[in-house]
Amino acid sequence: MKVINEIKFIMPSLSVNESAARAVVSSFLIQADLTVEELSDIRTAVSEAVTNAVVHGYRGSSGKIELTVKLLEGREIYIRVKDSGCGITDIKQAMEPLFTTAPEEERSGLGFSVMESFTDKLAVRSKPGKGTVVTMRKRLRVHGS
Amino acid sequence: MDLTINNENGAAVARLRGEIDHHTAKKLRTELDKYIINFRPPALAMDMSGITFMDSSGIGLILGRSKLLKECGGSLEIRGAQPYIRRVLKLSGIGRIVRIS
Repeated sequence: MKVINEIKFIMPSLSVNESAARAVVSSFLIQADLTVEELSDIRTAVSEAVTNAVVHGYRGSSGKIELTVKLLEGREIYIRVKDSGCGITDIKQAMEPLFTTAPEEERSGLGFSVMESFTDKLAVRSKPGKGTVVTMRKRLRVHGS
Repeated sequence: MDLTINNENGAAVARLRGEIDHHTAKKLRTELDKYIINFRPPALAMDMSGITFMDSSGIGLILGRSKLLKECGGSLEIRGAQPYIRRVLKLSGIGRIVRIS
C-alpha cells in the first residue's frame, strides 16, 4: 500500500475530543474529494472507535488516544485508533451487536457494528492491560471525469 | 448542541440541533429526562432535523428516553432525521421500538 498522505493526532481521553477527532478526519480528507455519504460514514466510524477508547479503554482512568489517518493510492482510506487502556479480554464477544459492558451509561453495544457496516474492513487487536488498536479501511468511489 | 422543548397543541416537541455523540448525549439525557419526569407528556416527538451528526450514542439516548416515557405512560416518536442519521437508525433496528416518521 502506497501512502499518499497521512496525519497523526494524539489526544487525551476526554469525551470532548470525540468531536475533535471527527473534525481532524474531515479536514484531512478534504483533499480526497469524498461524497457526503463517504465522509459521513468515516466520521461515524471514527467517532465510534474514539468513543470506545474513552468509555471502555480508559474506564475509570485516563490516557492518550492516537488517531492515524492515511490516504492510500487507489482511493483508499486507512484509519487507526490506538489506546493504551485496559484492553479487551474477549474481542469476539465485544464485537457482538448489542453487547455492552456499560448499559448504565446507555451504551447501545452497536459501536463495532457501525464501524463494520460503515467501512470495508475492520480489525481489532487487543491485549488486556496493554490497550486496543482498531484499524479500518474504506475504498472510495472513483468519480467520473 | 442545543435543545428546546415546546408544547405544541398538546403535543411535546423536543427540537435538537447540533451533533449527538457520547459527549453531548449526557447533557441531552439529563434535560430530556427532567422534562419527561416533570411533565409526563403522553407523547413526545424528538425533532432531529437540526442534527448534523449522530453515532450509536444517539441510539442509546433514544432507547433510554423511550423506556422512561413508557414508564411514565407516554410514547416517543423520532422525526425529521437526515439520510445519514437514518442509516444509523436503520442499522440499530430501533424502528421496531420507536416510531420513526
